[in-house]
Amino acid sequence: MSTIIETRELVREFKKTRAVDRMSFVVEPGESVGYIGANGAGKSTTIKMLTGILKPTSGHVRTCGLDPMRQRIAVARRVGVVFGQRSQLWWDLPLGESFTILAAIHRLDPAAGRARTRELVDQLEMGPQLGTPVRSLSLGQRMRAEIAAALLHTPDLLILDEPTIGLDVLSKQRLREFLVAERRERGTTLLLTTHDMGDIERLCDRVLVIDRGALAFDGTLAGLAATVGAQRLLVIDLAVPTPPLTAIAGATLVSNESQGLRQSLAFDPKSTTAAAVLARVSAVAEVRDLAIEEPDIEDVVRRLYAASRP
Amino acid sequence: MGDRLEPYRVLLASRMRAQMQYRASFVTDILGTVGVGVAEFAEVWVIFHNVDVLGGLDFTAALLVFALSNIAFSLADLFVGHLDTLPTYIRAGQVDAFYVRPLPLLAQLVTSDLSLRRIGRLSVALLALTVALATADIAWTPAVVALLVLTVVSGTAIFSALFTAAGGLQFFLVDGAEFTNSFTYGGAYSAQQSQQVFPGPLRIFWTFVVPTAFVAYLPAVSILELPGDRLAPLWLAWCTPLAAVLSWTVAGLCWRAGTRHYQGAGG
Repeated sequence: MSTIIETRELVREFKKTRAVDRMSFVVEPGESVGYIGANGAGKSTTIKMLTGILKPTSGHVRTCGLDPMRQRIAVARRVGVVFGQRSQLWWDLPLGESFTILAAIHRLDPAAGRARTRELVDQLEMGPQLGTPVRSLSLGQRMRAEIAAALLHTPDLLILDEPTIGLDVLSKQRLREFLVAERRERGTTLLLTTHDMGDIERLCDRVLVIDRGALAFDGTLAGLAATVGAQRLLVIDLAVPTPPLTAIAGATLVSNESQGLRQSLAFDPKSTTAAAVLARVSAVAEVRDLAIEEPDIEDVVRRLYAASRP
Repeated sequence: MGDRLEPYRVLLASRMRAQMQYRASFVTDILGTVGVGVAEFAEVWVIFHNVDVLGGLDFTAALLVFALSNIAFSLADLFVGHLDTLPTYIRAGQVDAFYVRPLPLLAQLVTSDLSLRRIGRLSVALLALTVALATADIAWTPAVVALLVLTVVSGTAIFSALFTAAGGLQFFLVDGAEFTNSFTYGGAYSAQQSQQVFPGPLRIFWTFVVPTAFVAYLPAVSILELPGDRLAPLWLAWCTPLAAVLSWTVAGLCWRAGTRHYQGAGG
């Protein structure tokens, strides 16, 4: 199979601003790419140019080897897209009917369409919801249904725009596990925009960072972490006011509130674990409560920017 | 051919099922559009209760014009009237969801609904047509039958073209529904009048710019063999299909310009 995504010097301008600025990258079949950047950095604009919704101002773009502007329908047959805020489902009909209609829209053979629907419904554990009107689904159920809808025609490329936004921890986890399994089985190429570092860590072997329309980083997550440090934050509530926890191996003290009742420690998940840091803290003080925070994308991008311009 | 249309058949069938899910509201909706049809008819009735002839038409002739225009409008409204929800789709970003499906955008929007409630107004118009044809003094010839059929088909096409052109313009205007409504609903109103009540410039507008005079008035005058005039010779009625083709040419251009603008400006 040929290259899945190819952009060269891709530019998109809106009136006076340049939303995408000379973007060049290539995605090969089977890759899983996290496409991250702050709000308004140009992520959605890029996706719209990849799918033929927006015409590039200049430059070259090919999706599955096709020109999205001239061959939009052919591109649509080979790409599945989930826009976080836009639905492919019919809100006033039972969920199962949306799959039937989409199978017809993609001109799947009826038997093949039913088999593929059954497979996706089983894997995403949506059987009980097939008879439920789409408007009555929970957010997590709806997102799983959207992803099933985007995969119904077995696309070569799956584009997910903020797939886990607003989901609870368990729903996120199930969705990620499904996507990992789907990719393992079908070799589907994945392009994912997200604000959730967890999505990137668990799903993507390559990260593209876009900042103000331009590509600021292209490499592995480990490479990104090495550049900016993808640290986690362990926020600990202690039983009694405690002196600053500066001597915990593998972690650095970031903040210290309420006379040492709440202290935050940053650690690198690649070199130690939350459990190890917690054990070391417990050895010196009594822990009442804790929370683990992941750095958000904005933070990573900000640090990336700071690192590249000292 | 059947295979090519299968996606649209499934889409329309699903729309009909969705409307049938709430039977009570569906019945009220139909009654509502019957009410609209009756109210439109009442206007004709009130006028001819007071005058015998208006704009060269007596009550029966006016009834024929009313019936033909309302049949064409309600059929067009049934098939493509929901194109006027396009601004809502644009604002909600839902148009993007249509773009990532492997079907033409206009075909998807047209089949995104089938407003069966409009059957109410259609049935009032059909009843009016039956009464008008039964009471009018018509010399029935194959030509008259052909003109009637041609008129209903072309009239529906003309109104459908108006809705489509208006839809294309929505991509530029977004909040311009009021402006485009003046052509669609205004056109529907003009179509059910005798063109002779309008001053010359307006008659030219409704004949040659937005050709709603072809939907009912010109064919009715020809079928009833009423005296035509300088602006409405009897043979002009036979140009109704031509008016439909030209309307669709303009509608197609409007639609293409609209989608290009959307892809160019990003909605």
